Amino acid sequence: MRPVYMISGGITKFSKANPRQSFRLMVKESFDYALRDVPMLRRAMIDGSVGSYFSDHFTRQLKAATMVQDFLGLCPKPSKRIEGGGATGGLCFQAAWEAVASGRMDCCLAFGFETMSHVNTWKGNEFIALASDTNFDYPVGGFYSGYYAMMVVRHMYEFGTTVEQLAMVSVKNHKNALHNIWAQKHLDLTIEDVRNSPLVAYPLTMLDICTMSDGAACCILASEKVAEKVCPNPVRVIGIGTGTDAMRMADRPHGEVLLLKHEDPSWYKNLKYPGVHSFRAGRNATRLAYEHAGIENPLEDLDFIELHDAYTSSEIQTYEDLGLCRYGEGGKFIESGAPALGGKIPVNPSGGLIACGHPVGATGLMQAVFAFWQLQGTVAKHNNGDAKIQVKPKKKSRPMRGLIHSHAGTGTYVTVSIMESTS
Amino acid sequence: MAEKKETAKRTRKAPSSQLGHKPQWNKLRLPETDQGTVVFSTDPLIIKNHYEIDYIHSYAEDSPFFIGLSQGRLMGSECTGCRYKYATPRAYCMECGKKTKWIELPLEGKVHTWTTCYFGSEAFLKETPFNLVLVEFPGINTLLLARMIGVTQEELRVGMKIRAQFRRNSRFDPTDVYFVPAEPVTKREGTV
Ligand SMILES: [Zn+2]
Repeated sequence: MRPVYMISGGITKFSKANPRQSFRLMVKESFDYALRDVPMLRRAMIDGSVGSYFSDHFTRQLKAATMVQDFLGLCPKPSKRIEGGGATGGLCFQAAWEAVASGRMDCCLAFGFETMSHVNTWKGNEFIALASDTNFDYPVGGFYSGYYAMMVVRHMYEFGTTVEQLAMVSVKNHKNALHNIWAQKHLDLTIEDVRNSPLVAYPLTMLDICTMSDGAACCILASEKVAEKVCPNPVRVIGIGTGTDAMRMADRPHGEVLLLKHEDPSWYKNLKYPGVHSFRAGRNATRLAYEHAGIENPLEDLDFIELHDAYTSSEIQTYEDLGLCRYGEGGKFIESGAPALGGKIPVNPSGGLIACGHPVGATGLMQAVFAFWQLQGTVAKHNNGDAKIQVKPKKKSRPMRGLIHSHAGTGTYVTVSIMESTS
Repeated sequence: MAEKKETAKRTRKAPSSQLGHKPQWNKLRLPETDQGTVVFSTDPLIIKNHYEIDYIHSYAEDSPFFIGLSQGRLMGSECTGCRYKYATPRAYCMECGKKTKWIELPLEGKVHTWTTCYFGSEAFLKETPFNLVLVEFPGINTLLLARMIGVTQEELRVGMKIRAQFRRNSRFDPTDVYFVPAEPVTKREGTV
């Protein structure tokens, strides 16, 4: 497989409801943003696309990605739709990578969107819950916040994780978003604010959970030849990993930990894994991506992470899957300040899903766009001149690196992709 | 044959737009209805769009699980190869791929994890607050998702002994089984 570069990206400002733009126009807006950022790229040089949106129910339109393809003027070039729950955007990014890495395309557009405002919030929750087993899980009280609550209750039981530690994630991500003009929510919160907001599913409150959004995002991926020609500072995709787990979380095994290179089996002698407290799919995606990118120790070899914090609890669980700390130490990890801006490894400098919003099909691509700007060092340029969330490279001895993580279901599909600066 | 008749009938009843007649454009009208549209906004135009469907849904190879519930039994699966035991139906083993056989699960277990939902999907919103539990059974490798009644959020805890109960009038869905405490209920000491 040949090297793949991200040469541009664009997003719309995510919002609770955007009734003035159809999904086609939202994608077009993010696409035009991306095209303006690489003026030397002519549309004719794009060989095809991969489109992503999660739910046919939200869109109430099958084959919606075809409508985007024609709206963008990309017919009759190849295109396909990717759907994989919450990881839809991450999978779309990886599918575009595959198109270029395989040599099938020299330049591939990844676009994604979701229009979640077309139903009320609780109907929207019902649509999302249809992404759990509709024979055995959904009828019992299908509600993703309930599923995640059960997972974190077990995490709290196994490891002593506290509700204050969960709240710290929300506080951190919202604070980062105060300096991100693209974020849906700009809130300066305290731990008390998070705990005092209404309980949704014990122990998760409204401020532990991301909201529904309308929005779109685009990434343009290219071969070395095209990247050299049109982009002065492309970002190289150096690691791709994906993992899966059983649809019903009740069916997950209680076995042995999948180890990363820097981990020791003696750490986990008494841990039954993954159970419902950890994401085996996330760990497998991590393992493959680290192997591909040659990451030996993530804390040393990565500069920042944009991960799928649909719930504060899943950010803590994901610290562990990514090997930023040992399994069970996620709560202490947020407490230590390590994932804060200026910490050992900033996590969600953009504000994550919790503050930026989660228009499902666009989310994973939004993470890629934020990571792209970070690695180019162009955050200020795309952020009204505010460079507060721009992460500084950790080391001079290697290029700056960022990791993006996209997550579906109760951890059923997870993608991890790693990108590296070339400048 | 029937089709032909239809056509013939329609031809006979055709309006004055038949060949050789001058179409009377001002008399051509779709029948008017009182089926207006609910409009939320005209800038942009936002309307109500209704959608509803009944499926003819088969539980297929998992049918005995739901039949079992209606008879007060919890049916799981045991792998005929590696002996892995599942608390839900699974025709083939996830671990080794061999065929499984049906087994009857114990009716008593423990709370592996739990939550109390104060909000929910629209379909369940009116039932809030409700408790969800993942149940662990002795000797069974996987868990079962169910509702739990008879305890509040302040009382539910990991490790609580619980017992299966069944609806008398079955719905033939997984809510035909639910769980109740099988030990004295007191206020929980820790957070979970
Ligand atoms: Zn087996």
